[in-house]
Amino acid sequence: MLYLDKVNYIYQKGTAMEMPALHDVSIEIRDGEFIGVIGHTGSGKSTLIQHLNGLVKPTSGNIYYNGRDIWDEDFSRKELRTKVGLVFQYPEYQLFETTVEKDVEFGPTNMKLPKLEVQMRAFEALKTVGIGEDLYDVSPFDLSGGQKRRVAIAGILAMRPEVIVLDEPTAGLDPCGRDEILEAIARIRKERNITVVLVSHSMEDVARYVDRLIVMDHGMVKFDGPTKEVFQNYEELEKIGLAAPQVTYLTAALMKKGVPLPGIATTVEEAKEMLKAVTGAR
Amino acid sequence: MLRDITLGQYYPTDSVIHRLDPRVKLTATLLFIVSMFLFHSFLGYAVAGICLAVVIVISHVPFRFMMKGLKTIWFLLIFTMIFNIFLTDGTILFQWKFIKISQEGLLTAAFMGLRLFFLIIGSSLMTLTTTPNQLTTGMETGLRWMKVIHVPVHEIAMMMSIALRFIPILMEETDKIMKAQQARGADFEEGKLMDRVRALVPVFVPLFVSAFRRANELAMAMEARCYRGDNGRTSMKPLKYAARDGIAYVIMVLFLVLIVFTDKIAALIF
Repeated sequence: MLYLDKVNYIYQKGTAMEMPALHDVSIEIRDGEFIGVIGHTGSGKSTLIQHLNGLVKPTSGNIYYNGRDIWDEDFSRKELRTKVGLVFQYPEYQLFETTVEKDVEFGPTNMKLPKLEVQMRAFEALKTVGIGEDLYDVSPFDLSGGQKRRVAIAGILAMRPEVIVLDEPTAGLDPCGRDEILEAIARIRKERNITVVLVSHSMEDVARYVDRLIVMDHGMVKFDGPTKEVFQNYEELEKIGLAAPQVTYLTAALMKKGVPLPGIATTVEEAKEMLKAVTGAR
Repeated sequence: MLRDITLGQYYPTDSVIHRLDPRVKLTATLLFIVSMFLFHSFLGYAVAGICLAVVIVISHVPFRFMMKGLKTIWFLLIFTMIFNIFLTDGTILFQWKFIKISQEGLLTAAFMGLRLFFLIIGSSLMTLTTTPNQLTTGMETGLRWMKVIHVPVHEIAMMMSIALRFIPILMEETDKIMKAQQARGADFEEGKLMDRVRALVPVFVPLFVSAFRRANELAMAMEARCYRGDNGRTSMKPLKYAARDGIAYVIMVLFLVLIVFTDKIAALIF
């Protein structure tokens, strides 16, 4: 549904501050996928995802949405942005309305939907992220950090996008808030069958939720494949400043010691099953 | 879009102008601004323009980059010129009903436009070749004597450097918030004037909130490091004049003499 073809992007082109951010990035995002994007700071992740909804125009290369070039003159990028919902890093800093409900309604209102529909979507989105009705009329600035973030995510969900892109949605949250948000995302994905692109720094989170993993390094796609296969390359991931989940190292070490595991594990549950099978066989 | 404003921006390259003491550059800019009002002849403009061009060439800052910064001021420039064309009395060249254009008007407009242009280019040349930090240290050391008459020089310099430091941060923040709101379907490019003004509310509210938050955090951080003004504060890189700074001062004096002189000569000839 989204296809990036040899996208290059250079910041401040033509000045002394010129800086390449993306280099020949080609990615295909298919319907219903749950994709993780990892890479260390400055690897081009954030730049990459801003291309997905046409906020940034590539210096060269093309981006297609359902087969149409999004930078064609008659292509409405405004509409695209309601189809590809982008949740920025620290989205709580874009809240501005007087009440939670009004803030979530901002997106659907911009879509020029009838008032009732706008309200319905706002309620639905707030319910999905677990914000209770008692908070609808509260100022978003009076909420806790985790609540603010969930309201901000609801603001995107209320547009009912087909693809939702989240840039480190769990940064700066406590473990409890983190799980809440990730669970909500996984649930939305199942309920509405939408495509999710998750940018994350936490290998554990990525291993647990996503099916396909894209690893960015110096503006290039280093790896792109099923999560498990990508984590097989944990030694190379380390070279570019990343790592695999802790449990991957554990299973790798066990295998080296001669424990006959079928392969490395990426989640604790998986490792548990493997170990059970092995010890049960003995 | 916001990145196009080069006024007050630093252009990092290496040149003699970049390496000059900030006090020299401050004095030079001030002098250049004053000199703009010392001549009234075409010859004077030519001399000032040539001198400015030479400095630009030495500074290694691309002229195109400077012109980009002018984009925001074109309006002011054209506005001033139009007013001068139509509102100056003198020998009438063209008249249609109540609109008249005089020879003097055209001349003043051209000179006024040129003068404004020189002023802007001249002062942006300073900020383009001097980092904000250097600039404020330059001001602080250069104006230290004013402490005698109880001008809080250090505090003013500190406020200035903080304000300057925050410009790029807030610009980046604005860019980010605008993008975030665009991702929620906000439209800043279309619609009537009132719609566009209204479209800025979702940008300015979060921007102000974050500016206050940052200010608060900065105050805390300063407090935590026991900031107490310039009481006993030393500098890691105290400003020291080098030979080139002396030369620069001499050139400045020569420039002033030249400007006044050419104006006198022009007055004699024409």
